[in-house]
Amino acid sequence: MFDGFSDGLNKAFAFIDRGKLTESNIREGMRQVKQSMLEADVNYDVTQDFIAKVTEKAVGDKVLKSLKPSEHIVGIVYEELTALMGGKVDSSLHLKTEGITILMMCGLQGSGKTTTCGKLARMLKEEGWNPMLVAADLQRPAAIEQLRQVGGQIDVPVYTEDPAKSSPVQVCKNGLKAAKKAGDIKVLILDTAGRLHIDDELMGELELIDKKLQPDQALLVCDAMTGQDAVNSAKVFNEALELDGVILTKLDGDTRGGAALSVKAVTGVPIKYIGVGEKLDALEEFHPDRMAQRILGGGDMATLLEKAQREFDADEMLVQQEKMSKGEFTLADFRSQMSQIKKLGSMRSIMKMIPGMGGMADLDPDVDPEAEMKRVEGIIDSMTPFERKHPDKIDRNRRNRIAKGCGQDPSDINNMLKQFNSMASMMKNMSGMGVKDRMKAMKEMTQDGGPMGAGSKGREKQRSKRGPLDSAAAKEKKKKQRKVASKARKKNKKKRN
Amino acid sequence: MGLFDKLKKGLQKTKQLLYTDVRDLLKEGELLDESHLERFEAAMIQTDMGVVASQEIVEELREKHKGRTVVIDEIWDTVKTKLKELLEGDDSSTWDENDPLSPLNLAESGPTVILVAGVNGVGKTTSISKLAKLAQSCGKKVVLAAGDTFRAAAVAQLTMWSERLGCAIVTQPSGSDPASVAHIGCERVLETNADILIIDTAGRLQTQKNLMDELHKIYRVIGNKIPGGPHESLLVMDATTGQNGISQAKNFSEIIDCTGIILAKLDGTAKGGVVVAIRQSMGIPVKYIGVGEQVDDIAMFKPDEFVERLFEE
Repeated sequence: MFDGFSDGLNKAFAFIDRGKLTESNIREGMRQVKQSMLEADVNYDVTQDFIAKVTEKAVGDKVLKSLKPSEHIVGIVYEELTALMGGKVDSSLHLKTEGITILMMCGLQGSGKTTTCGKLARMLKEEGWNPMLVAADLQRPAAIEQLRQVGGQIDVPVYTEDPAKSSPVQVCKNGLKAAKKAGDIKVLILDTAGRLHIDDELMGELELIDKKLQPDQALLVCDAMTGQDAVNSAKVFNEALELDGVILTKLDGDTRGGAALSVKAVTGVPIKYIGVGEKLDALEEFHPDRMAQRILGGGDMATLLEKAQREFDADEMLVQQEKMSKGEFTLADFRSQMSQIKKLGSMRSIMKMIPGMGGMADLDPDVDPEAEMKRVEGIIDSMTPFERKHPDKIDRNRRNRIAKGCGQDPSDINNMLKQFNSMASMMKNMSGMGVKDRMKAMKEMTQDGGPMGAGSKGREKQRSKRGPLDSAAAKEKKKKQRKVASKARKKNKKKRN
Repeated sequence: MGLFDKLKKGLQKTKQLLYTDVRDLLKEGELLDESHLERFEAAMIQTDMGVVASQEIVEELREKHKGRTVVIDEIWDTVKTKLKELLEGDDSSTWDENDPLSPLNLAESGPTVILVAGVNGVGKTTSISKLAKLAQSCGKKVVLAAGDTFRAAAVAQLTMWSERLGCAIVTQPSGSDPASVAHIGCERVLETNADILIIDTAGRLQTQKNLMDELHKIYRVIGNKIPGGPHESLLVMDATTGQNGISQAKNFSEIIDCTGIILAKLDGTAKGGVVVAIRQSMGIPVKYIGVGEQVDDIAMFKPDEFVERLFEE
């Protein structure tokens, strides 16, 4: 998500890498960092501050004497970037175990309040808190209907009133009563109408809700694509409500997200969550340190792993891991694993989180990983259960039938099977590795064309320089080696005795 | 409050910000030096017009005024002229002030199709109702097509507007193919001999390839059904949008060949300066601006007035 921004920084540091580091070329590099930040919509004053701080730290003996100046500066930029976005953020919503916690959502029109309400409710429900939504947006046509539908999707109760006969404050008050009456509600989420921060009347209404309901957390929902104006609205909302947190939305696009940097720096309000998609599970905790790492091209492994742990069905994983280590991994298993991966989110977003793979997702915009995955799924779905279990039994007849079934070329089936085989053997090897090695192997594999890359270039055949190896001769050779080794061991034993 | 006042009120803030800033920066009779120019650039950047456009204006100032004593009126003149030049582009399109539909490329015969797209939450549906009202006030018969079949209650939102405006609307159940809504919309507008069909689409980020493909399909379907359509592909943009607006304009243009921009939510403190950068790099003009939540809060965009009002006292 911060890809564009890290591109700019990389370019700036490439400049520093060239030639010897002098005070003037730090400044030149910093000028480029500044331009890059401004192009990323970071507030102008925040940018100025940042540049001043980093320049102060970078210019001087320490840097000039260090061996890799660019590394050193990246370190400082990373540190400052993290500090700017809030250092260690407390993304907890401070939910009360006793009574009802009230969360009030507010923001400009179109920032994504209603969707975010749904995402929060879904998350809280999953964590075992019993949420209830209150439709306090009586302004926008059909906003109540939208919240009702969102609530229906995640099976969370929604309190509504007829907009013609009620007021936002009234709805919130009655919503709280209804929640108390229901008995088992732990969290009440108020979806207020979008409003301009300069609309005194509507801001007054918001303050009234704040006064009457005394929400435990006032959360500002802010569009990540916002430009220089982000700080203005955040400031006013903060002055009116004493915000407890910010939720940054629409970070799944190509916005460079400078708003994230500035809002925290200017208001001091932490960013708690980020919205990364339209679906109701696309809400993640905000990690400034990881984000800063990502800006510098370090990847976001930790987020990926956390996500994987939550989403993957642990039991199924265990069964498959066993199968993998025994080399019994079949196409049917592969198919079920693909649907597991799908739960994680879009392939592109997953790939972006793995260090070194972020660039790959952008390399070829014409290759759609999702579409590739769908294609492979189609092929497997056109097979009989027998064929899925014994892919080696797929002959020409079967292959043609499968090809017809899924509307692909017979050669595509072949390619897919070939890649599956190489992947299965890779999986077998990988099952003994730690997570890190596995990721590395994954990366290598993807670089070779990938498990899904049936359409990608075939790998060149590798031949040994020593000429073709006869398997019988190889066995003989190993036997000999073993013999020599055992002899040596015996010899050593004798010597010791 | 009349429309003109509303618009003025909306732009006042922009003006105030720029004007006070610059008055603080420059004093009559001082020498214009590099530090003045730098602070001036900062003020420009704070309008979201981007680094490139800001630098271009500052460059112009540097060339004409650096090292001279400040005459505020002269400096304003330079800035205004340059901004107007950037906003008007090469084709210097001038629209008829008395005909609110003159920015639109209306079909010579048969119905005009307007496709409206944009990222999530920019105000597409609201802008469509405003546009429909505008067309109705010019005596046009309008049909709306509720092409946002994805977001919960989006169809209901547009239906409510159509009831308020008293215009026809075609809908399909939530989750159905938006291209089919466009198709039915085209059929309806031909059947009923209406003048203008406005097609709503779901908000989508310009990076979502599948959704952009879907949009392209809608675009193609319209062209197949009504030759020459869509006659207008309008991109709705939130005035608070920063430099990402350039990416939005670029990517949406590749898919639906944008003919213009509706700059919504200009009634806040945001200045919408990114349209300067878009006009400069892609040539897409702003055709209308949205200055409030009411259905009448829409106005034709006039580069000349935009800049004049930006700086008038």
